[in-house]
Amino acid sequence: MPIRSAHIRESFGDRVFLVSVYLLLTIVLLVILYPLVFVVSSSFSSPLAVSSSRVWLWPVDFSLRGYQVAFSNPQIVTGYANSLYYTVFGTLISVVFTVLVAYSLSRRLLWGRGAIMFFIVFTMLFSGGLIPTYLVVKNLGMLDTRWALLIPQAVAPFQVIIARTFFMVTIPDELAEAAALDGCSDLKFLWNVVIPLSKPIIAVLVLMYAIFQWNAYFDALMYLKSDALQPLQLVLRGILILNTFASGTMDPEVMAQRRLFRPVAVYPFVGTLCLRGRSRFPAPVRLSDYERRGRILPGLAH
Amino acid sequence: MIESETHASAALSQSSAHPQPAARQRTSQSYLALRSLRRHWQLYLIALPALLYFIVFRYIPMANAVIAFKDYNVVKGIWGSPWAGLKHFELFFNNPVFWTLLKNTLSLSLYALVVGFPLPILLAVCLNEVRDGLFKRLVQSVTYAPYFISMVVMVSMIMLLLSARLGVVNQGLGALGFNTINFLGDPSLFSSVYVWSGVWQTSGYAAIVYLAALSGIDPALYEAAKVDGASRLDKIRHVDLPGIMPVAVIILILNVGNLLSVGFEKVYLLQNPLNQGASEIIATYVYKMGLLNANYSFATAVGLFNSVINLILLVLVNAFARRVSDVSLW
Repeated sequence: MPIRSAHIRESFGDRVFLVSVYLLLTIVLLVILYPLVFVVSSSFSSPLAVSSSRVWLWPVDFSLRGYQVAFSNPQIVTGYANSLYYTVFGTLISVVFTVLVAYSLSRRLLWGRGAIMFFIVFTMLFSGGLIPTYLVVKNLGMLDTRWALLIPQAVAPFQVIIARTFFMVTIPDELAEAAALDGCSDLKFLWNVVIPLSKPIIAVLVLMYAIFQWNAYFDALMYLKSDALQPLQLVLRGILILNTFASGTMDPEVMAQRRLFRPVAVYPFVGTLCLRGRSRFPAPVRLSDYERRGRILPGLAH
Repeated sequence: MIESETHASAALSQSSAHPQPAARQRTSQSYLALRSLRRHWQLYLIALPALLYFIVFRYIPMANAVIAFKDYNVVKGIWGSPWAGLKHFELFFNNPVFWTLLKNTLSLSLYALVVGFPLPILLAVCLNEVRDGLFKRLVQSVTYAPYFISMVVMVSMIMLLLSARLGVVNQGLGALGFNTINFLGDPSLFSSVYVWSGVWQTSGYAAIVYLAALSGIDPALYEAAKVDGASRLDKIRHVDLPGIMPVAVIILILNVGNLLSVGFEKVYLLQNPLNQGASEIIATYVYKMGLLNANYSFATAVGLFNSVINLILLVLVNAFARRVSDVSLW
């Protein structure tokens, strides 16, 4: 007699429970979706409809005026160009540095790798602080240069841990030993064997670093003065946030009417740009991998 | 600074201390080191760029933090400036703003922790109950989409939606006959705006980690539970939750370790003259004192206080977690 386990009838309690789960998730879905839809709709509505609050779900008096104004603003255009520059080159530097150090530290026969790992991980737990870091950047002559956004945040300890764990799991030491016996140097092995096998982790690193670079504004605020170097986020901050409170009064109505069409025009573009990679985004940190291995911060394990 | 160094060296010496006799260990260790260096110099070489980065941008700042104990003078430089002892710390602790900063920082981060920690777990467990299909994928994609919105855009969205007169939320409240609420100008509402917008933005993303942990649970456990007649709720309580507990503990530890470093970026953007009483936190104060007022030594002292408290909290919570749950960071 066939076992029909799939057809065990759910109890009444279970069905009530399941319905409430679906209900809850639907509410969550709507709550998260609504602001997104609202902002996109606002950007396609006429400025007048937005400032008189006639938009609440769908675009009213469809108009591309916001986009026209945004993209004829030279600040926004340079902002986009700069952000693209920082994202491309910053990500490149970060990923190369991270992959190199993470692979090196993934090899079990490397003497002192525990200490080196601790050296890296410790910076997650303690930092010198804002001002001392600023002084380093200043003393290196990086202030107000593009380097200030590319180098001071180049390597994230957490990313090193993730990449190192990936290498330890996917590249067995025996493979490296076999290659070494055949006269393959460590560098050659890295380039010809490890990198081709590590596309998933490189994709994750690229995505994490790129999103970080694209969204960052605080380093630019600290280190950059020239308008020509400002990334998009700082330009947006100037247009969207500072103006609202510039006069110190909390009556943004007048200003908002003048300004509102600009902000709404820029949102969705930024959004879609960042969302493009989303659907293929793998679980960022498979903590479960670490958990199976015991402790999450390997350098600190004794 | 001093704390950090002693801490680091203590932990290092501990990790290299082996039960072997010291003399034998030294020879074998140096032999191993030399052999490893000779055979794998290329591996050391490729680690070098990142290590240099950590020295220059993470460890030299730790050394630079001595200016907290000096009267930093741009001309004399970090090491040439005269010592000031604990003057800057005393100035900070005796400043009436100290208690406000501490209260704001702690209440903001505790609020964020209490609300922001369990909700992603709830979301993940709920999603895990739903059958694979369009609905599940839709909920998952939509809930983690906001994570990719940059902080600047996020804050301007908050302002757009919650603005006192034009905001759609207040329009809605008005239409339903309620009084409008000045979300961004009322100091008592600042923490709620901060925390709940954070929940809106990051819960979906944070849930991914738990979903990954849930997918790693052995299906045999569910089958066994089914055979034993467990209801869905029983399965959540006795299979799901224990299954994600290790991950949850680790995330909790990391969150507690960051208790005093509330997201500067967002708070700074949300600040305005009206909510300043509730929105001034240690991180924004350091920025204003240090970079805007060029009060380097004082700001470094405040920042150092922050880092040391964070480190102490992290060590305590980690020790506690290890004792209670056998899961810990190290």
